[in-house]
Amino acid sequence: MNRKKLQKLTDSLTKNCKHFNKFEVKCLINLFYNLVGDVTERQGLAVGLDRNAFRNILHVTFGMTDDMIMDRVFREFDKDNDGCITVSEWVYGLSVFLRGTLEEKMKYCFDVFDLNGDGFISKEEMFHMLKDSLLKQPSEEDPDEGIKDLVEITLKKMDHDHDGKLSFADYEQAVREETLLLEAFGPCLPDPKSQKEFEAQVFKDPNEFNEV
Amino acid sequence: MENQFGPLSLWTGLCCQHKLSIFSSLLQFQFKSLLISETTVESEEADNNAQPLLFLSVPQIKIRSFGQLSRVLHIATDTKLKEAQACIEANRNPIAKILGLDYNMIKEINEDSSVVTILDKITKDDDPESEIKMKIALLLKQLDLHLLNRSLKHISLEIRLNPGTVKNDVELLKRFSGKGEKTVLESIEYTSDYEFSNGCGAPPWRQIQGEICYVLVKPHDAETLCITCSREGVFLNGGKTDDEGEINYERKGEIYKDLVTLLREKSAIFSENMSQQEVRFNEEQQKEKDQPNAAPEEEAAALREASAASRRSALEKKQISLGRSQMTKRLEPTLNWNTTVDAKKNKSSLRDTQEEKHGGRLEKSRPSTSPGKAQLIRKSAEKIEEIISESSSESEEDEEPPDHLQEANADLPSEYWQIQKLVKYLKGGNQTATVIALCCMQDFNLAQETCQLAIRDVGGLEVLINLLETDEVKCKIGSLKILKEISHNPQIRRNIVDLGGLPVMVNILDSPHKSLKCLAAETIANVAKFRRAWRAVRHHGGITKLVALLDCRQHATEPAERSLYEAHDGEVARCGALALWSCSKSYANKEAIRRAGGIPLLAQLLKTSHENMLIPVVGTLQECASEENYRAAIKAERIIETLVKKLNSENKQLQKHCAMAIYQCAEDEETRELVRLHGGLRALASLLSNTDNKERLAAVTGATWKCSTSKENVTKFREYKAIEALVGLLTDQPEEVLVNVVGALGECCREPEGRVTVRKLGGVQPLVDLLVGTNRALLVNVTKAIGACAVEPESMTIIDHLDGVRLLWSLLKNPHPDVKAGAAWALCPCIQNAKDAGEMVRSFVGGLELVVNLLKSDNKEVLASVCAAITNIAKDQENLAVITDHGVVPLLSKLANTNDDTLRRHLAEAISRCCMWGRNRVAFGEHKAVAPLVRYLKSNDTNVHRATAQALYQLSEDADNCITMHENGAVKVLLTNFVV
Repeated sequence: MNRKKLQKLTDSLTKNCKHFNKFEVKCLINLFYNLVGDVTERQGLAVGLDRNAFRNILHVTFGMTDDMIMDRVFREFDKDNDGCITVSEWVYGLSVFLRGTLEEKMKYCFDVFDLNGDGFISKEEMFHMLKDSLLKQPSEEDPDEGIKDLVEITLKKMDHDHDGKLSFADYEQAVREETLLLEAFGPCLPDPKSQKEFEAQVFKDPNEFNEV
Repeated sequence: MENQFGPLSLWTGLCCQHKLSIFSSLLQFQFKSLLISETTVESEEADNNAQPLLFLSVPQIKIRSFGQLSRVLHIATDTKLKEAQACIEANRNPIAKILGLDYNMIKEINEDSSVVTILDKITKDDDPESEIKMKIALLLKQLDLHLLNRSLKHISLEIRLNPGTVKNDVELLKRFSGKGEKTVLESIEYTSDYEFSNGCGAPPWRQIQGEICYVLVKPHDAETLCITCSREGVFLNGGKTDDEGEINYERKGEIYKDLVTLLREKSAIFSENMSQQEVRFNEEQQKEKDQPNAAPEEEAAALREASAASRRSALEKKQISLGRSQMTKRLEPTLNWNTTVDAKKNKSSLRDTQEEKHGGRLEKSRPSTSPGKAQLIRKSAEKIEEIISESSSESEEDEEPPDHLQEANADLPSEYWQIQKLVKYLKGGNQTATVIALCCMQDFNLAQETCQLAIRDVGGLEVLINLLETDEVKCKIGSLKILKEISHNPQIRRNIVDLGGLPVMVNILDSPHKSLKCLAAETIANVAKFRRAWRAVRHHGGITKLVALLDCRQHATEPAERSLYEAHDGEVARCGALALWSCSKSYANKEAIRRAGGIPLLAQLLKTSHENMLIPVVGTLQECASEENYRAAIKAERIIETLVKKLNSENKQLQKHCAMAIYQCAEDEETRELVRLHGGLRALASLLSNTDNKERLAAVTGATWKCSTSKENVTKFREYKAIEALVGLLTDQPEEVLVNVVGALGECCREPEGRVTVRKLGGVQPLVDLLVGTNRALLVNVTKAIGACAVEPESMTIIDHLDGVRLLWSLLKNPHPDVKAGAAWALCPCIQNAKDAGEMVRSFVGGLELVVNLLKSDNKEVLASVCAAITNIAKDQENLAVITDHGVVPLLSKLANTNDDTLRRHLAEAISRCCMWGRNRVAFGEHKAVAPLVRYLKSNDTNVHRATAQALYQLSEDADNCITMHENGAVKVLLTNFVV
């Protein structure tokens, strides 16, 4: 990509992104193209990270392990839902992912947890997300009993309008009361340590960030 | 000597092995009875076995008789003492050597030898310190023994009955009872044959009252007596009701010391026959005591057998009636309940450990430090225990649990089970589940004790503290939020410390996350309320880290950590101060805070921050200001100014802590001045009128008191009408306030204007009323204040009218020396200013004797004050005569050799006064008071000089005294003083 085009891209992305400065955007763009590989841009075919490449980054760089959550994070980044994260989706996504305000992060997390995208986190969705969160005890007759109970107490804690599912309003209120509940159903944001490492590496000397 | 110990052959063993320097002298003296070869010396005298009684072969000498020993020692001349010492040291156990091993007194010798070894050490070390230590140790030991003997005497007087003695009594009486005229009783028997393992026959619910057993006694000449034997003694109870066999436990008669005494009282025949049997009875009793196992007499043996048999049958009976007996029934379930609970607990905790093992999903980064190891060891030990109890209680558990669960269910609140469930998820959940469980747990009312204890009882504390050791920030935050709340409970605090929670929290103080730091510091603040916790915080470097939290500037330079869980720097500092406040109650921690540079940081925070921050900061300062070096630092850091300013704050708690800090610091003259210069006195005076908050009032009056020690401050206080406020506070206030109020008034009354004000406001009466109190600090201050008031004749009239002098006089009997001294000081102006003082003093029966006897005190302040009082008392000739009769002269003379200038002055004055009666002048000379008095003239205190000169003038009227003075060079010194 030529310098002029890069400059233009950087400028336009910086304008739309409030959490990164120009240098940081440039670093992220560089990183993006490093990750994608120097594929020449072809007409009609979006250049970007596919699901697997992105999940790899989430796993290795940010230490995420939950497959389902990683898929959901990919979908969150992939705004146009074309199975591929473009450079603008990358920068925008990371701005929330790394530096989003509480409001942005709440929105992001809620969307991650709302598996079917209907605007509510249902009991089933909760169960789905929490199903591996407890140690299975062979002694118990119904191994899922603990999970079901956990879903119930979570709902009791967060479902303020008592409709048996979490709306965004429910979720928002619960998180404002207790920030710890932001990632209530699984880690979908970077933990502070890996975030710090990532930022230090990328924004300091982007050329050294090789695909891991 | 030899005769004393019998035939010579007996002491075959007294030998002294010691390098002797007297070999040559032996040669020189050429003892008649010595056989001298080249290298050895032998005595001609020999024992039965033809062994010489003295045998010397350098460097050894063996002596077999005291006769020879004394001769050798005689030769040793100068070194006699050394030789004797060496001899004794070499023969640690002469008695055993002389009389044989049977008489060995190893124990005593060991004790002695320990002393000897210490003595050895001392002489070797030449260390004066260890010598002092040794002396102290010996003195302490003596004191110890003395105390032990004393207390033993007391204890032996209070011996109470126990099941053993009662049983013996009954058994013995049984032996002497039956049909016939010579027996003491017709019959005596227990109401029930059943006996508990502790030897009591009474049912457990009566045992609680101290009752041991019940006896039915049928004397020859009275109805059957039903007697209760209890620990307090023996008494008649309501008797046995026939139909149910139940005993009416109500006490119906007097309590007697033991059975025999009671029966003597109740039955004449018993008492008569008893006196005949007395000797035998006592003999038996003695035997019973001395040889419980031996069976000396046939009778006793047979009896014992019989009683054993009856006991056996009782045992059988008990086993048979196990199902029916109410008593055992009541006992059984509780026992079972205990075991099942234990088993339950063990089993569940076993499961927990298994869970932990499987579910180590939360990466536990436990460092391999010693506490960690200790925990591991403890765990393994617990596991062993579990296995043991598991195997033993398995069967019971299978039978009992449903029953127990229902029972427990009924008792425990529903929260208990919910919390138990949450803790289960904490243990077995991954990060997500853990966070959810933690958040839900916060929704319980954690301020409520049931919830706090429920968390602990289901093993939640361990899990919460374990979570602190993980890398998960969210888990740590959630865990700390809960710990912070439940650590308000003192029991939980101790549990947290026991589980090693403090070191972990101290480590978290280093975390880059400010909110974590805050929470950890706040939790430490809650937990660190007792000594062990203070120590734990300090030992793990917590103080330094907490002090570092105070430094806001440092936080600002740290890279800003972007996270959702952040807090303000101010908040961090506030939490740090809060934790330091808790920790600063220990002396070592105060020192640690100072060394970590805490004072400048606290001063910094004091200037910059908000009220809720100020309270812990001022609290810490106030706590620390008890130390001298802190007060200096507080002055140097200009903290006083800020403290004074904050007195005007709106916050009552803050005002309280500021006033407390000023109270502590105002011991120092310069600080008092600073308080005045910064306008603190006005603030204090205005706060005096605000009486609703007693704690604050105590602090404010305290600060007022300390500040009023400076004259200028008193003037200011008068200006601000503080005296009026103080007098108003003399009634209806708690003691801690009164102490300070009276102290302040005492200081104010040192000025004539102050005295007048107090009198005009009617302050004298409440002050006199306070003389009947018992609070020591209060009494000290009250006597001081009254003494100050009494200087003014008009006030004195009031005091006299209220009989204040008599009250003061009776305080001379107070056990505390400072109260005594205060009372004696206060009496001086009273006697000076009272009308008919002499008559008044004489009216106190035994008063003068009391005063004179106080001269035997060993407290300097008491002595000085009593001397001053005597000076005043002696102004009245008649009183002087009385105290002379009570022996004031020898007592005063005895005190003459003192170096304390205050005492010297008052003593000299007292002597000069007392000279005015009879032949007291001569008596002082006879009791050798003159020479020491002359030496007083070398003191630097002019008051001492004046008083001494006066005393010498009085004494010089006796010629012998003049000679003594002259011998001691009084003339020269007096002249030089005069010239100067």
